Amino acid sequence: MGVTRIAWLVARKDLRVEWASKVFTNQVLPFAAVTMVIFAFALDADVVLERVAPGLVWLATLFSLLVLVQRSFAIENEDGALDATRVAGVDPRAIFAGKALALAVELVILEAMLLLAAVVLYGQDVPIEGVPLLAVTSITATCGLAAVGTLYGGLAAGFTGRETLLPLLTLPAVAPVLIGATRAVEAALGTAGAVVSDGWPWVGLLTVFAVAFGVGGALAFGPLIDE
Amino acid sequence: MDDAGFIIGSYALTFGAVILYTWRVLRRGRKLADQIPDEDKYWL
Amino acid sequence: MTTLHPAASRATDAVAGSPRRAGTGTTATRILGIATIVSMCWLVAFGLGFSPADRDQEEAVRLLYVHVPTIWLAYLAFVVTAVSSAMYLWRRSLGWDRLAGASAELGVVFMAVTLVVGALWGRLTWGVFWQWDARLTTTALLFVTYIGYLAVRNLGGSHAQRATRSAVLGLLAVLEIPLVHFSVQLWRSLHQGRTFEPNDTNMDGLMLFSLFVGVIAFTLLYTWLIIHRTRAMAMEDMIDDRGLDDALAARRAEAAAVPGADEEAH
Repeated sequence: MGVTRIAWLVARKDLRVEWASKVFTNQVLPFAAVTMVIFAFALDADVVLERVAPGLVWLATLFSLLVLVQRSFAIENEDGALDATRVAGVDPRAIFAGKALALAVELVILEAMLLLAAVVLYGQDVPIEGVPLLAVTSITATCGLAAVGTLYGGLAAGFTGRETLLPLLTLPAVAPVLIGATRAVEAALGTAGAVVSDGWPWVGLLTVFAVAFGVGGALAFGPLIDE
Repeated sequence: MDDAGFIIGSYALTFGAVILYTWRVLRRGRKLADQIPDEDKYWL
Repeated sequence: MTTLHPAASRATDAVAGSPRRAGTGTTATRILGIATIVSMCWLVAFGLGFSPADRDQEEAVRLLYVHVPTIWLAYLAFVVTAVSSAMYLWRRSLGWDRLAGASAELGVVFMAVTLVVGALWGRLTWGVFWQWDARLTTTALLFVTYIGYLAVRNLGGSHAQRATRSAVLGLLAVLEIPLVHFSVQLWRSLHQGRTFEPNDTNMDGLMLFSLFVGVIAFTLLYTWLIIHRTRAMAMEDMIDDRGLDDALAARRAEAAAVPGADEEAH
């Protein structure tokens, strides 16, 4: 079986499990929404909220990423499924690609919801000319986040005594995504006088990041999960 | 804190950390070395 | 008192009454150690005493004589970790893994010192403890990344597992750091701010010499400590291995002692 086919099957399996358990819809999405609300409590002034809205969207995404990655690997470790798959000789790159893909799908849905929350809660407007930039930013940033999340998730998530390691490893690694995605969304929404064309260089950065960790992650995943 | 305070403090901190860490490394080495027979020590 | 491991107790019994065992030191390390201490004394003498105050920074420049060496050492340590990680993955010899781990530990300690002293220097020269520029921010994230690396080293499992995981992580750090640096640089270029760098000062001969003494002193320190630390790590691994051997031996003895207890070894 080709790597692509296996990856596709792994991704579908993950998404099916998620759909059946409803953890994503009933727990993770509400969690993300709640963070958007409590940001308002912490940041008091409406003016401040409007200015930092893009950053808050991506912060909420990052926190939810950690939760999603834990979930993604917890379901594997409950019955030792990941070990079984490896022992069966499945190419770890395929497992990596499949799990990252499933994670990416969940993230994109999450980001769309968070953008909606920002429009409603923080008074953001989405100009039409910003939409393509928003879409491309979301996709490239998500690819990077999914790659890093799956990579370090394989190492840390779902193992008792290791879960606390996941945030420590992941957050420094995704700092470039936070920087780039926030600036790009600011450009798309016209925050603080930014214009759409300001955003595209950041998309370039996000793409480089996604490719670097997509490739690096696929190579590193195997050795990291071999227990 | 005036300038001299910062400067002396930084030197104290740096050398304090150096001395502490060095002592820790050497002491740990000593404790471990007492548990291993000499023929296993590849550096001798 | 340290409780000796069963295997070590056996060995101790064999040499009971003989003089104390050799430590991690050898002639080479004693020479290194003395050289380190001597050069550190020179550093203090020059840094706090003989060297002049700077025209712009005045006495604050004295902080650079320790700050620059510690950051040099931290960067050196991390480069050694990265290279050793790659060497381990290539050669699969645990010596490389231990070098990587020892170097990372040293790097973290000196990075912590660097950040604190740097903040104090910044307070004196810029008036602020911190600045969001590419170099500082990347350094801070590099620090956190290596803390994560050390945490992963302590996850347990066999030596080979530890070594592979850490080596992969070490190389991923090499991938991460330039990305972080570049994105922070791009980010901060949007905000026009003052950038004061330690290199901005026009250093006269004596000041440069003091800096040079500092770098030499800390490089000697690094070499000295790395040797001791890797040897200590080798012994830790040996003791671990003995623990495993003893456990296996005990298990076999158990199985032999109980007739009919013929279960498959797990």
